[in-house]
Order: sequence, then structure tokens, then C-alpha cells
Amino acid sequence: MKTITPPNLLIFDYSSPGRQAHAQLPNATDMPSSIPEKFLRQDPLALPQVSEMQVVRHYTQLSQKNFSIDTNFYPLGSCTMKYNPRGIHRIAMQAAILNHHPLALAADSQGLLHCLYELQQYIKDITGMAGVSLTPMAGSQGEFAGVAMIRAYHQARGDNERCEILVPDAAHGTNPATATMCGYRIKEIPTAANGDIDVEALKQNVGPQTAGIMLTNPSTLGVFDSDIQQVAKIIHQAGGLLYYDGANLNAILGKVRPGEMGFDVMHLNLHKTFATPHGGGGPGSGPIAMSERLIPFLPIPIVTKKEDRYDWQTMKDCPQSIGRLSAFAGNTAILLRAYIYIRMLGKAGLHRVAEFATLNANYLMERLRTAGFTLAYPKRRASHEFIITFSNEKKAYGITALDFAKRLLDYGFHAPTTYFPLLIPECFLIEPTETESKDELDRFIEVMIKIRQEAKDSPELLKQAPHTLPVKRLDEVKAARELDLVWQSSTD
Amino acid sequence: MPFIPHSDTDTQAMLEAIGVKNIETLFEEIPADLRKTEMEVIPDGMNELEVSRLLSETFKQNQRGLCFIGAGAYEHHIPAAVWDIASRGEFLTAYTPYQAEASQGTLQLLYEYQSMIAHLTGMEVANASMYDGASALAEAVLMAIRVNRKVKSPRVLLAGTIHPHYRQTVNSIVRNQQIELLELAYCTDSGTTVQAALKRYEDQEIAALVIQQPNFFGCLEDVDALTDWARQQGAIVIACVNPTSLAYLKPPGQWGQQGVDIVCGEGQPLGVPLACGGPYFGFLCGRQAQVRQMPGRIVGRTVDSEGKTGYTLTLQAREQHIRRSKATSNICTNQGLLVTAATIYMSLLGAEGLQRVAKSCHANTQQLVGLLTQIKGVELIFKSPFFHEALLRLNQPVEDVLSALSNKGIQGGIALKADHPELGDALLICATETKTPADLQAYATALTDIMQ
Repeated sequence: MKTITPPNLLIFDYSSPGRQAHAQLPNATDMPSSIPEKFLRQDPLALPQVSEMQVVRHYTQLSQKNFSIDTNFYPLGSCTMKYNPRGIHRIAMQAAILNHHPLALAADSQGLLHCLYELQQYIKDITGMAGVSLTPMAGSQGEFAGVAMIRAYHQARGDNERCEILVPDAAHGTNPATATMCGYRIKEIPTAANGDIDVEALKQNVGPQTAGIMLTNPSTLGVFDSDIQQVAKIIHQAGGLLYYDGANLNAILGKVRPGEMGFDVMHLNLHKTFATPHGGGGPGSGPIAMSERLIPFLPIPIVTKKEDRYDWQTMKDCPQSIGRLSAFAGNTAILLRAYIYIRMLGKAGLHRVAEFATLNANYLMERLRTAGFTLAYPKRRASHEFIITFSNEKKAYGITALDFAKRLLDYGFHAPTTYFPLLIPECFLIEPTETESKDELDRFIEVMIKIRQEAKDSPELLKQAPHTLPVKRLDEVKAARELDLVWQSSTD
Repeated sequence: MPFIPHSDTDTQAMLEAIGVKNIETLFEEIPADLRKTEMEVIPDGMNELEVSRLLSETFKQNQRGLCFIGAGAYEHHIPAAVWDIASRGEFLTAYTPYQAEASQGTLQLLYEYQSMIAHLTGMEVANASMYDGASALAEAVLMAIRVNRKVKSPRVLLAGTIHPHYRQTVNSIVRNQQIELLELAYCTDSGTTVQAALKRYEDQEIAALVIQQPNFFGCLEDVDALTDWARQQGAIVIACVNPTSLAYLKPPGQWGQQGVDIVCGEGQPLGVPLACGGPYFGFLCGRQAQVRQMPGRIVGRTVDSEGKTGYTLTLQAREQHIRRSKATSNICTNQGLLVTAATIYMSLLGAEGLQRVAKSCHANTQQLVGLLTQIKGVELIFKSPFFHEALLRLNQPVEDVLSALSNKGIQGGIALKADHPELGDALLICATETKTPADLQAYATALTDIMQ
């Protein structure tokens, strides 16, 4: 029997003049205002007029239209969708944390500063770096801070000819976008057939114009670049610095540190490796860590400890700093969540993260290979993620990676990352993370096999998928051509 | 093993399927000499009970008291329903809605958010949010330069009354893009930006003017005149505003003859807790004609293959994952969770509720200023009308007074000396709707004791 779906209403559709969530109204004030008329709003404000229960029901129902880690296997490559422990969220939502003002006196903030100081120390330990700033609010801001520091470093030495940042063609899109924001030209470096960076091409492209290189290792291709020491040597000999994109840190946590690989500066994605919630697209948090020579340039504020007192360091303490990146000190309550996560896992637990993330990825890769799926790099070990390509299926049955992805949704699995990296046609980048059980991986493998059978028997089933979700495939061309970004009362 | 579900039997079966003896073999492609180091300072793990106790104990070292601090982060009542719903796993643990069909909850909510924040600011379009208010202002400046392409060497005027941390953030983010930032002097009498300060730029090419309303000192700027002046110069006008105030004050879309071009600000007052400084979210609104120059995620309404209404990320050709080095910004995520809270908050408060919050903040601050300026050695610095913050001058060092207030359970505001030494011993205070008459009196009593 077909279920009758309720109409797809906006919160505005529930609005009725004079309706109000009365319990949320502050008492009216009868104090005369000192603000002259010309400063005041004249038009009524078009917010919905709804009751509290209507709000609760509407947004609860909306939540039920989402896939999430709490409800679905979410093997989104390069995003590390691991379990976000509930206990950590609960601890971070205690009143003592929630009600603390960021500009409270340092003397009144010693508990907070203690945690942040220890987190700085832990991150140095995890990355093999000498300095840390917690302030970047997301990976992209961490990248920005790191590249801005590379620039500040060269400038401080009067080395002003370096105008180029090298970026592998497999890199995350944020890497070239960041380098542009820092005023650099981009030079793309090709990837060799085995998935590692093309060292010969690298040699030909470095020179006195090279400010640095931005790398992820393991790369976005899901393999560990074992030439990394040679790459570091080439860049350093040319006078450049190495930036480590920490998006894939989950693969090597406790196994090898970016500091030892030869990197000078890096960011960590706390919302990936350290299990802070992704929140439907943020908040992220992207602290940066750096080698000794870059410490003078790190973004403020940072936490220092003198005797037993903690304090903030600002511009006057760090005159060469690249400056401030946010109004306060970054996404502090996310930093606290990462701190709690590290305390819960401890040293041994952190080691196991990379081990079981890698075990899960290699198991999934091996089982899919055995089942006849095509691996992008069949001769390599998977890191914490790996790539399969549907080029053969496309030729044989006319179905694409997108069709496959949409059909997975019907079976209750969030699709892996599709069409990234751009180098591999019709690809899935699959990252199971360490928090998934063998049973769940086995179920995923069964469904993958089943969908491929469907592709053979009834390709239309895939081409029109998904069939069981609140909407079918959306008209993205219409969305972009006939822009409807804001609800207007007159149009309904 | 915390959060790892594998039994020994599972692990063995998986290793056999892969064809290796142990997990260590899976790391064989990492050169051995890179793997010689160990973590040294990370302590042993703790269970949930132990770590709960640890954090509760640690945070007892934070002093608590009545909070009269504002300066960009504001204590407001947050209805219980806001975080009860925002903490649902389906919102909390989803990611950026790349698979639209499996993310209609987040996507529709973002569309509702864009609608509400656009109505609040009086603008035509909004994006799905930025990292915070200060970084949103930096992105607004970069957007203005893209919009105002005819300007050859971009110069941007920043009012000297903008939050100093915002000015510093803008400087850090745009400094490597050949953009000149010029700071406008403010009137030491009114605490606002006056026409006279603009005179010297009248024959110069200016890409954009940035105004904050209410400004950092809490004062209300003559936004109509400033907007009209900038438009006459061919400059883009950027408004940085407090969202609570906009239920009561004139929205930037209506400033001057034609309104401003870009509106940004800190979204924290809309249902996001102080939380030691973040995560918050920045909002960014603009005009439809310039939407392609906007940074960040944008959600649009469309239809599915059967004509049913649905929501999806749109105009992605602006973004880093498609355009790479030519993107409008390197921004990747938005602040989805905080926007979820803000949307629920705005729905619960409605126009009437938000306006009552704004008026109540204003009334409490007026009353607090009245009480405190009766104390000997305390005076109001500026004569301009203010919203919910005001600047006082003390005849004693503010830092000492704040410490003494803290010992009496009052977080009395912030000292401005580091950023505005020209103002002497200046204290910025704020009283929101959370304060009762007794709270205001408690501050006055404590300060009276200290100032004697």
C-alpha cells in the first residue's frame, strides 16, 4: 500500500496573524525609549506567527527527512563520518561552558584556558609539531592561516620573489582556492600512474618562485605517498615550505606524524578526526600546528601558561602574527569537544583509530574487489579510504556513479563521495571509518552487489532512483536558472 | 576500545579476507624510518563518567556571576526547544547536504533560515551562513570588491567605530589581495562616524564603505546619511549589524534612499549560547543581482522529477569544489548547526517576541546607565542614542574595577584601553532582557562600594 505523504509545508505556511509562542515573550516594558524615530523599523517583520508546538513538530518532522550518522551508514570519502559520542555533546552542553562569555577576565576563565592549553600540547604531540594555534574555525580557515604564515615567513626574510604555490591535481578544491586568497599563483602538479605525486614533474616545477606546496598524505586517492621524504627534500632545497592538509589525519593517527614527514605547517579537522559533530554542514574547527620557524607568525589568540596561571596572548605579545581570524578565539566549544574526545580515547585509543579505520577500508576494498568492482589503484593498500570506478558498468549498462549513489540511498546508505577526486572517472571515494562494525560493512557489500545486478536487469530502476525518499531527483538546472532563495508571502 | 565495535573474531575474519596476518601489515607502504616516534604527553583514556567529572571539576575554576559583558557576544534567553531539537542526531550528525534527496530536512531548514534573515535585514537574498560575524565581514569586503569591478586599486573605508576584533580580522583575511583598508576617524563627542570624516575621500575612488550599527560603543550611527554619501561616490555599502536590534531598528535594506548592498553580522544572539566564544555563525545578505558574487553555500527551492517541491544547494559553480582557484572564497562548510538553532529561535520568538527582546535589552541598558552614572566617578562618555550597550568613563583603572566586581559576582563589562587608549578608562557595558531590576541594582550597589 502506498503511504500518503503529508504536504511539504514551510514554517511560514503555519503562520496565522496574532498567533504566538507566548511562553517565549519577555515582559513588555513601559519605559520610554531614548531612540529617535528615524532609527526605528517602520515595516512589520515577516517572521512566522506560530505556536511553540507547531515549531517543535515542524522541525522534528524536518529532521526526520535527513540521513545522519546517528541513523545511517555514511561512508562519505574524505569527510570521516565517524560516530560523534553523545556523552561528549552532553558534557559540552553544561551550563558552566554554555554561559561563559568569551571576553570574561582571564582570571575568571582559568578552567577554560586550562583545557585549551592542554589541547594545544596534545595537538603538538599528535602532529610532531612545535607550535599550535586553535583559532581557525574550519579546515579552510586553517589552510588560509597556514599559507598566510608561509607568506609571512618568506616576507620576514625579505624573500619576496616567491609567488607560486604547488598543488597536486588530486587536491581538495579548498587548497587552490586558499592559495589564491593568500595572493599566490597556483601551479598544478600531476599524479603518477600509481597514485603518488609525479616526482619528476615536481622537480621541473620548483624554483625560486616556489613559496610552498599543499599536500594531503594519504592523498585524496586513498594511498600513502611513500616518496614524501623526497618531496620534502625537493621543496626545502628550493627554499619552499610544505603545507599538510589534515583532512586525512584519521588514516595515520598515532602511526606517523606530519612533523616527521617533513611538513612545516598543517591544519587538523576536528570535525573529522576528533569526532565533533558535522551539524548538517558545520561547525568545523581547524586548528593549525607548525614547526619552530613558523611560530612567530601563528594567528592569535593563543593560550600561554606562566607558573600556574593561564592567559591569552594577543597581538602585542606576538607582533609578527598573521593576526586574528575570528571575533573571539575560534569555535571554542568544538575545541572542548575534541579535548574531551582525546581524554576519553587516551594514547592507546588514538592509536587504534587509524588501525581500525584502515582495517575497515581494506576489508571493504578487498571484498568489493572480489565481488568484481573495479578499484582505481588495485595494487595499493587502502589508507582509511579507497576509490572504485564505475567506468565498466557505465559502458556495459549505461549507468553512472550518480545512479549508483542515488540507488544506495533507497537501501538506507548515504552515498560515498562521488566524482571526487576529479582524476578518476565515475568514481566513489569510500571511507567507512573505525566506528562501523563488520556487520554493517557486510550489509553494505551485499547491497552494492545487489545494485549492480539491478543495473544489469533493470537499469531504469537506478536511473530514476531514489524511489523511497521524501523527494525524487531534483531539478538542479531549474534551481540555478530560476533562483528561488527566499520565501515571499505574495508568491504562495 | 572506545567507539570501536570490533570483536577479536571480527578482526580475525577481516584480516583473513584481506589476506594479511595483522593490522600492522596494512601500514607497510609507510616508510619504516618515519614510524619511529611515539606520542608522549597524551594521558591514558577515561570512561564517560570519569571525563564528565573531570570537566565539571575543571570548569569550577571558571568564575560565574551576573554577566554584563557584550562586545559582540550577548547573553539571551534561549527557549528549551531550540537546542532540544537542534541536538537531534538527524541535525547534529548529518553533513553538508550534497545528497539533496537524503538531506531535505537540513536543506528546507536552510531555505527557511535564508528567508528569515533576509526579511530581518530587509535584503533580497542570503547565503546559508559564514563562520562568524568577523569573518563574514571580511568575506563581505571581498564580495564588494568583486561586485565593484570598475574600481582599479581597491580601497575600502572602515568606520573607526567598528568592533576592533572585526577590523583586525578583515585586515588578516584581505591583506594579501592588494586591498587598501582605510580607517575613518570618529567624533569623540558623539561616538559615531560623521560626514566631516568622509570629506577628504570625496574626490577619491572608494570601492566600499563599512558601517556597524549599533557601533562598537553601542551608539547609533546616522546610517541614512552615510549610506547616501557612499552611494553618491559609487561605493558599495556594507552594513554590519546586530540581528536582535533589527526587530526594533531600521533594517539596512532601508537605509538612506536606496538601502545598502551587503549586510553581514554575528548571528549568535539568535539562539546560540555564549559557549566561551563559539561556535557561532555569521550571516551574509545581499541583492539578487549580485548573488553570483556571494561566497558560501546557498540553498534554492526547485522541483523533483515528478514536479514536487524540494530544496537543493545551488549556484555551486561559484564554489571551491568546482571552481578551485577561481572560486569566490575558499569557504567550505557553513555553520549548519548554529543556523538550525537560529531558525528555530526566530520561529519561536516571531516578530513580536524578537521586538520585545530588543526593547527589553534597550530598556535595561538605559536603566543600568541611569543607575551607574549616579555613582561618583562614573560618567557616560557619548551623547548619542544607544541600543543595548553603552560606554562609561571611570575615574579609576577599569581593570582593577572589573576584578573587584568579579569578586562580588558581577562580570561588569570590558575595558577598552588596549584597543582605544584615546578614551581613557572606558568601560563597555551591556544589559540584555535576561537582567531583572534586582540584577541591575546589584551591579549599581557593587560598583558604588568599589568606587568609594
